[in-house]
Amino acid sequence: MLNTLQAPTTTDSVLRVEGLKAYYQMNYFGVRREVRAVDDVSLTINRNEIYGIAGESSSGKSSLIKTIAGAITPPLRVVEGSVKFDFGGRALDVYADPQAMKAARWQNLSYIMQGSMNVLNPVRRVKHAFHDFAFKHMGISQSAFRSRVEQHLHRIGLDPRVLESFPHQLSGGMRQRLTIALATVCEPDFIIADEPTTALDVLVQQDVLALIKDIQQRMGASIIFVTHDMTVHAAIADRIGIVYAGRLVEEGPTLDVFRRPQHPYTAHLISSLPRIGDNKKRSALPGKPPNLADPPSGCRFHPRCPLAVDKCRSENPPLVVRQTGRVACWRAGEVQAA
Amino acid sequence: MFKILRDMLRYNVEFAIGFVLTLSIFLFALAHFWAPLPDTAIYLLPPDMPPSAQYWFGTTSRGQDVLWQMSSAIWNTMLFGLTVTVLSRLLAVAVGMLSGYLGGRWDQALMTLNDTMIALPNIPILLLVYFVMRDSMSWPVLAATAALLGWNYDARLIRSVTLSLRNREFTRHAVFAGMSVPQILVRQHLPYVMPVIFFTAMNNLIWAIGLEVTLSVLGFSDINRPTIGGMIYWANQHQAIIAGIWWWIAFPIIAIVLLFLGLFLLAISVNEYIDPRSRLSRMGA
Amino acid sequence: MDGFAKYLGRRLFQFFLVIFLGVSLAFLITNLSPVDPVEQSVALMTNFGATDPRSVELMRQALQELYGLQGSMLDQYLAFWGRVIRGDFGPSLSAFPTPVMSLIMSALPWTIGLLTLSLVITWTLGNLLGALAGYYRSNLLLKFSGAAVMALHPVPAYIIGLCLLLAFGFIWPILPISGGAQMNLQPGLTLDYLRSLIVHGTLPALTLVLVGLGSWFISMRSLVSNIVTDDHVVYAELGGVSSNTIFSQYVARNALLPQLTGLALSLGNVFGGAVITEFLFNYPGVGRLMIQGIYRGDYALVLGVTTISIIAVAVAVFIIDLIYPLIDPRVRLS
Repeated sequence: MLNTLQAPTTTDSVLRVEGLKAYYQMNYFGVRREVRAVDDVSLTINRNEIYGIAGESSSGKSSLIKTIAGAITPPLRVVEGSVKFDFGGRALDVYADPQAMKAARWQNLSYIMQGSMNVLNPVRRVKHAFHDFAFKHMGISQSAFRSRVEQHLHRIGLDPRVLESFPHQLSGGMRQRLTIALATVCEPDFIIADEPTTALDVLVQQDVLALIKDIQQRMGASIIFVTHDMTVHAAIADRIGIVYAGRLVEEGPTLDVFRRPQHPYTAHLISSLPRIGDNKKRSALPGKPPNLADPPSGCRFHPRCPLAVDKCRSENPPLVVRQTGRVACWRAGEVQAA
Repeated sequence: MFKILRDMLRYNVEFAIGFVLTLSIFLFALAHFWAPLPDTAIYLLPPDMPPSAQYWFGTTSRGQDVLWQMSSAIWNTMLFGLTVTVLSRLLAVAVGMLSGYLGGRWDQALMTLNDTMIALPNIPILLLVYFVMRDSMSWPVLAATAALLGWNYDARLIRSVTLSLRNREFTRHAVFAGMSVPQILVRQHLPYVMPVIFFTAMNNLIWAIGLEVTLSVLGFSDINRPTIGGMIYWANQHQAIIAGIWWWIAFPIIAIVLLFLGLFLLAISVNEYIDPRSRLSRMGA
Repeated sequence: MDGFAKYLGRRLFQFFLVIFLGVSLAFLITNLSPVDPVEQSVALMTNFGATDPRSVELMRQALQELYGLQGSMLDQYLAFWGRVIRGDFGPSLSAFPTPVMSLIMSALPWTIGLLTLSLVITWTLGNLLGALAGYYRSNLLLKFSGAAVMALHPVPAYIIGLCLLLAFGFIWPILPISGGAQMNLQPGLTLDYLRSLIVHGTLPALTLVLVGLGSWFISMRSLVSNIVTDDHVVYAELGGVSSNTIFSQYVARNALLPQLTGLALSLGNVFGGAVITEFLFNYPGVGRLMIQGIYRGDYALVLGVTTISIIAVAVAVFIIDLIYPLIDPRVRLS
């Protein structure tokens, strides 16, 4: 069944996700359970673009980005669809060719993990991480590699002496900068970031966001990142996609989405943001995110939606092109920006 | 409880094998209540008879039926093991839960004592106790001594579970509601600690039975009370191996190995059922 | 450096506490028992013929003095500590008049050698197999070898040793089943003597290895299967780091830390296994010495061996505690 419409594709796309379905499939002591964490998602990301994925916790956004990164382990499995990269003419199908995928990691594609406080091996010095991850992709001598890494750290604002430290000797902010340095040292074409700033305090967060944006512009890489924090999206994303209950419900240029949200859920997310000089009372959305093991029929947002009509309860709205973006809502035209 | 048992039997092969093994050995041991001769009687049967239709597992050089000796022996050995397990569980739960719940200095003091006990070599101390008690030694005293030496690993485990419960919301509610420390520990925390107690009990039972076998093989227990180790002790005394009375040694060894295997399979499958992480790896398979 | 000093202080405190409590416990057990060691020894000696009442009385006094059983409980306790510190447990009754301490000192190297060798093999092999089985979960060969060592693990040392003894001593007699070396060989650094040492040590060592493998295997496998889901391992996999490097540097290296602590904690138990194994194979270590002492009613010997075992195990635990910071930088530099 074709319930999604392709966004207009340019020849300059780096990532194409098509009809991706990834489910948690569990079978334990005779009890079968299936959780549709990623349910029929299609999206395209262009060169030099920062694409943000937003949604509340347990909306499936983290499963989506893990599936894109080829970072899923059972019981989460890809059931249908594909994830394809195009690194300047070199094509890579993530789930068709694991060998090529492994070879492309860090060379073309790097990853910044959620909770990256603990991504460094606690019993080894930091320099070993750079060596393990990046050395084989550089094709240069040990000493040249070392000075390359030191230069890179310097640019990012880290003292190259951190290379001789153990992770527990560094502060949280320094460790986060280090993982960003590690993810960018090979100058990859594409960076995937899962909640890159969530664990940081607000000041360090601003710092790290500026750093990510700066590196991206200098290297000309594309970034896809996930966070529930809409202010982060507003700060660095070129386009954003809104995920609700495992589905992409809206997508568009950041400014347009913030000014004229087309899906009632997006409108709610944006209206709940605080704004200077605005004293209006914020209302919480009634209800909880749906249980993905047993999602509601029709549009999954309908039990919480103020605009829901009978059609929303029975028929699932397709994601269709509308104005500058795409939206999946039967009443998209009637949504009011808050 | 019954439903869990049924599901485990159906879907977990290790559990099913362990359950059947342990149950059949238990039933075999139970049969000694209907033995034709008292288990302490000696020289009532023709000695050194090989296995036959009349004496399935043969007879010993002391004129006993190996089959019925084994039935009593397994019963006594299991009884010893269970006594040690119950006693040492009481200690482990008391120390572990108090240490975890009280925290701070109490926790430090109790765990220091605990680690000190772990570092003491059990067997030499047990042997010393046996040596100085000698004739006044009975199996309940030995079991109590073993229990005093066998609780410390598990106290640590129980402590770590209680420690994580201490900071949970419902503990604070219970404190505000005016429940006393023993009330909180018994009513609120014990249900969460129960699976750990159950799992450690299985391992402790295996350890205690091993200990009983070891001590009585050396003759360091009441040698007239039939036990698995005691049978091997008497077989060694009569040089059964050299005399070719292999059945006197082989059948007790087979029985004890089967019992260990059964208990061990039960222990690991119960642990897997309790531990969500190993459950996850099973689901992924 | 401050954290390291704190760590060292704590371990040192624990070390002295173990010795203090262990030695006190040994004293307490012997003093609370209903059996009077002096009367027991006197009875044992008179069995051999010395029956003159006056000489028996003299002997009783001499023994009381020797075992420090005169004065109040506290006096006796302090006197016992004095003897422990001087390393003087009096003469052995069963090997009169050889001092207990020299019996222990000639037996101790055998036990240390046997235990160190079998422990190193057990720990290395068990952890290696366990780590591989935890990392390559679907490998059938690892699954089967794992099942084999796990099935052996609950069986007590005596039973495993007895089966080995029957197998290699009677059914297929290719290995010696008794003693530490060939009797008629002069001890020394000769090839023949070393060969004899190895051949005689094989069955006892194999017994201890088979008994110990399972628990290292099980704990290492479960440690590794938890560590592979840790952030730093998942991240290295996503970074395309080679699986050999991930296995050795990211997984095994982190799992070894708790296993080293486990080694220290297990020593008390492992020592017990050695006692039984030595007795079974008539191996000339302290374990055999102790059990012989019990059979012969040698009070001084049994008390001496127990005390020295407690101290020896505490020293070994402390040595492992000293090694730990070399492997864990978080203790070394904090």
